[in-house]
Amino acid sequence: MAVLVLAEHDNAGLAAATLSTVTAAVQLASGPVHILVAGRAASVAAAAAARLGGVEKVLLADNAAYEYGFAEPLTALIVGLAEGYEAILAPANTFGKNVLPRVAALLDVAQISDIVAIVSSDTFIRPIYAGNALATVQSKDRRKVITVRTTAFAPATESGEAVTEPVSAAVPVARSRFVGRDVARSERPDLTTARVVVSGGRGLGSKENFQLMEQLADTLGAAIGASRAAVDAGYAPNDAQVGQTGKIVAPELYIAVGISGAIQHLAGMKESKVIVAINKDEEAPIFQIADYSLVGDLFVELPKLCKLLSSSGAVEG
Amino acid sequence: MKVLVAVKRVIDYNVRVRVRADGSGVETANVKFSMNPFDEIAVEEAVRLKEAGATAEIIVVSIGPAQAQETLRSALAMGADRAILIQTEDAVEPLAVAKLLTAVARREGVELAIIGKQAIDDDANQTGQMLAALLDWPQGTFASKLVLEDGRAVVTREIDGGLETVSLALPAVITTDLRLNAPRYASLPNIMKAKKKPLDILTPADFGVDVSPRLVTLKVEAPRQRKAGVKVADAAQLFDKLKHEAKVI
Ligand SMILES: Cc1cc2nc3c(=O)[nH]c(=O)nc-3n(C[C@H](O)[C@H](O)[C@H](O)COP(=O)(O)OP(=O)(O)OC[C@H]3O[C@@H](n4cnc5c(N)ncnc54)[C@H](O)[C@@H]3O)c2cc1C
Ligand SMILES: Nc1ncnc2c1ncn2[C@@H]1O[C@H](COP(=O)(O)O)[C@@H](O)[C@H]1O
Repeated sequence: MAVLVLAEHDNAGLAAATLSTVTAAVQLASGPVHILVAGRAASVAAAAAARLGGVEKVLLADNAAYEYGFAEPLTALIVGLAEGYEAILAPANTFGKNVLPRVAALLDVAQISDIVAIVSSDTFIRPIYAGNALATVQSKDRRKVITVRTTAFAPATESGEAVTEPVSAAVPVARSRFVGRDVARSERPDLTTARVVVSGGRGLGSKENFQLMEQLADTLGAAIGASRAAVDAGYAPNDAQVGQTGKIVAPELYIAVGISGAIQHLAGMKESKVIVAINKDEEAPIFQIADYSLVGDLFVELPKLCKLLSSSGAVEG
Repeated sequence: MKVLVAVKRVIDYNVRVRVRADGSGVETANVKFSMNPFDEIAVEEAVRLKEAGATAEIIVVSIGPAQAQETLRSALAMGADRAILIQTEDAVEPLAVAKLLTAVARREGVELAIIGKQAIDDDANQTGQMLAALLDWPQGTFASKLVLEDGRAVVTREIDGGLETVSLALPAVITTDLRLNAPRYASLPNIMKAKKKPLDILTPADFGVDVSPRLVTLKVEAPRQRKAGVKVADAAQLFDKLKHEAKVI
């Protein structure tokens, strides 16, 4: 079985999500694994893709139409290539989720979303109901279209030397126009791959108080997450939301502060290795899954914890 | 302009979903069902467009069992004009839902479709994108803002890095994210009025769509349960445990 991976990249490099998706592809494939790098002047990203272990070929599609990762032109490109592959994979993040169902529909295939394990060439495990259940599903389609939960697959390593081949396709008339992006540049590690994540909830009470999470993150070299309630209230940006309908994280250490632990939140973080919860309500559901439960006022405990961490010079993330 | 909104009947988000002992699925007996929350947001957005004079008619569509009529009535009570139930007792996958919605959109001459980004039962996040593909329309997924101007839909999208704004030629498909709006509660008079609004009941066969599943669910299991750990007295003890016991800092 030949497998095609749709790479997420920013032209200058591959997104970490791509590396995990490649691992899933290599696990699934019984034939070659190819990566499609579609972008504008994306040869540097293509070169990075060529170094990934298990990848036989990089398909480089260089066209201004692919610059912003719009679903419509990417779909036309992938559908044109699909004949050569039994499976097409992309990361289950906002990039992959936007494009791949469009591909699946045109190929008349049921997409298998957000797989966390590969059982066999046609059988996969995926969470449903906010991770309250795990479904084992078998695909009857000849071609599989799959999005991959990246926290469930280790990143591919740089151990390959793949060839790069240019590809192109007719670009459909553009009916989507790029207007702009508001992307916060942060010095912090990426939320989905950080070793330590500290998340704040409604308990923080205000955007100003949410600064406390910044201080905590500083002492740990951590990424900052948030509950939906904290995002809705404007304490944190939308891209910080962890959960069923936000980002999925699985760091070594996850510290939930002023978060009650609704099932929709747990869905995004319960695979973390060590979970710490700080909450003043000892009945808060988050304590049912926390390894270390601190029942107390966050405004008292957080500054103390920050002080201890900064004076000990905790490990950098 | 006609707007199509898809609403799915799902287990209410507050229910603690349990896996059946025989591994055949999740427990649905004596469980509360509601409209998928992202679809409430979709209905609300359509109603706001109508209130602003931007659209003429809102058609809500659900594919599901007879009880999905209640879901459609809720949408009518929020302000949708008429409803279509495509009735089937079988679970229908996103691809088949998208095919049925495509047929409705074509039949009705719809120019805008507002779809939830994700159904909270299958967590598939596919239907809107599939609908856009089958109609060959542009898509604005994960929308946190929608403005109609000059025959285009200007959509702000919640993406992993932050926000992105795109401008789509109409007709187009929009999928809703949490921050698009806060759905209203239907008032009692509107609930009464909704009972008299038209609700047509059709079947997948009426649209000539094959809804047989492509995915076979072999089994459904409960995930590994995490056990509660230990209580720590204060920040100092927490620090000590993290450093010397968990060794993560
Ligand atoms: C369709 C849908 C999708 C959703 N998706 C997500 C998602 O992806 N991610 C997500 O997180 N949620 C999601 N939610 C929302 C979820 O159901 C909860 O509403 C949300 O997670 C609650 O956020 P919270 O814990 O910050 O707020 P709350 O539940 O209000 O909890 C605040 C906590 O702070 C504590 N607290 C208050 N003051 C202090 C103090 N001084 N010191 C210590 N503790 C304090 C309180 O005891 C309380 O436990 C979704 C909901 C729906 C319907
Ligand atoms: N059976 C259905 N009936 C009506 N709408 C549906 C149905 N299934 C999915 N949808 C729509 O598609 C959205 C995304 O669902 P999904 O792709 O299953 O995550 C939902 O929020 C609904 O708007």
